[in-house]
Amino acid sequence: MSAQPYRPSATQQHRIAFRRRQAIRSVLLAALSTAVLGTALGFLVTDAPGWDRVKLAFFDGELARESLSPILQGLWLNVRVFLVCAISALALGLLIATARTLRGPVFFPVRALATVYTYSFRGLPLIIVIYLFAFGIPGLRLQGTPSVTVLGGAAIVVTYGAYLAEVFRSGIESVHPSQVAAARSLGLSYRQAMRHVVLPQAVRRSAPPLLNDTVAMQKDVGLISLAGPIDAIRAAQIDQMGTANFTPYVVAGVLFVLLALPLIGITDFVTLRAARRQNAGT
Amino acid sequence: MPTVLTCTDVRKTFGSAVVLDGLDLEVGEHEVVALIGASGSGKSTLLRCINLLTEIDDGTIRLDGEDITEPQVDADRVRQKIGLVFQSFNLFPHMTVLDNITLAPVRVHKRPVAEAREQAMEWLGRVGLADKAGSYPDRLSGGQQQRVAIVRALVNSPRLLLLDEVTSALDPELVGEVLTMIRDLKNEGVTMVLATHEMGFARQVADRVAFLDKGRVLEQGPPGQVLGDPVEPRTRQFLARIIEAGRL
Repeated sequence: MSAQPYRPSATQQHRIAFRRRQAIRSVLLAALSTAVLGTALGFLVTDAPGWDRVKLAFFDGELARESLSPILQGLWLNVRVFLVCAISALALGLLIATARTLRGPVFFPVRALATVYTYSFRGLPLIIVIYLFAFGIPGLRLQGTPSVTVLGGAAIVVTYGAYLAEVFRSGIESVHPSQVAAARSLGLSYRQAMRHVVLPQAVRRSAPPLLNDTVAMQKDVGLISLAGPIDAIRAAQIDQMGTANFTPYVVAGVLFVLLALPLIGITDFVTLRAARRQNAGT
Repeated sequence: MPTVLTCTDVRKTFGSAVVLDGLDLEVGEHEVVALIGASGSGKSTLLRCINLLTEIDDGTIRLDGEDITEPQVDADRVRQKIGLVFQSFNLFPHMTVLDNITLAPVRVHKRPVAEAREQAMEWLGRVGLADKAGSYPDRLSGGQQQRVAIVRALVNSPRLLLLDEVTSALDPELVGEVLTMIRDLKNEGVTMVLATHEMGFARQVADRVAFLDKGRVLEQGPPGQVLGDPVEPRTRQFLARIIEAGRL
């Protein structure tokens, strides 16, 4: 005789039915509470005494349509600057973090410089760095001074490089000393242990916070507008100056959010996966 | 029997804790010496000191007659001749089993990749893990990971293999496969020093058992004598506690 196929017992069927009722109840409650809060917020804003004026100055549909094209053109500059800056800053950060792990008296100046760099540029406001780079460097009147866009981008790279270096460094420090011990016990030198055992693990572990900083960088790329090039924010500002209406800024803001969504999604995905992997370990 | 390892009057302290207190130990070629003793008696510290992962405070350690504890000695070169296997395996999680094993042969001993891989596969075949060559360590059981870790140490043909409680982190049913592997290595003449809590295994595999107490070798001799009829009262005490815990 073959075994009976498994069927949940009566007790288990009761449990399943109960959980299903609970689930339906939860969904209904969530929907109701969201609707109440949303309506309340809506009334709060639209009933405000100045709402009509704010609506005109910030949410003018026609102006939004007109400003979209120049802002999109400007945004394309932001995208290009961002891609170049992100790759450069990641490379710079890894380089600095690695420099700080060098051992031996010969490398003292390299370590010291790397440390001074990460300390000072994490404290210095990005706006000031952009001003110094974009207006200070051309002021030297050197031959072959690059454009303000490049200088502004360099300011972002140098500032974010300092943050990313620290993220890499904490990744390096999070690799357990027993990994270095295992590598050294096999006869690998300190440098070989770093290169083949510690750094690959550190980079992997740093991925979620690195991506998070990259998301922050994506919007800070808009600050190069301070240096003069016509990016999305500068384009919005030009529109705003002509009409004394802030709608173009709102348009630019929405576009920045849309632009950031994929990267934010990737960051969340990578973070979740990393957390899951961490928890899966014994 | 030529001497491979000589520890003379080795001293190591961590802060105010004296871990090794004038320890002497000699290991001959093809000899298997089991270090036993309570937690904190200095077994693991001694193994790390021999492998120069921990610097000793006084005394000398000689490998094939060469003083390896002199500061001007190239520690990397010494470690190439001494294999160390850890309690917690310490495989590199970002590398496949095969890459774990071939890392040192390729990077340190500058062997051609194809040759190193071939040798690694041969070893994996011998220990029944050939099908795991492409797997990452987290896909392996503890016993499999530890066997890979032993192979990783062995492919460098070390003069001396140090095993630091290699079965302590394993589930009981996985201990056997690792012990079998170590027994095979003994039969091939690999010189080993192993710190262990497995008294039954020490009795079977060791040529000599050394009981460590308060940072010294208090008593040593053939397993039958040290484990069966110890001279020192402290050794008796230690073994009585082990028997009480059902581990002998």
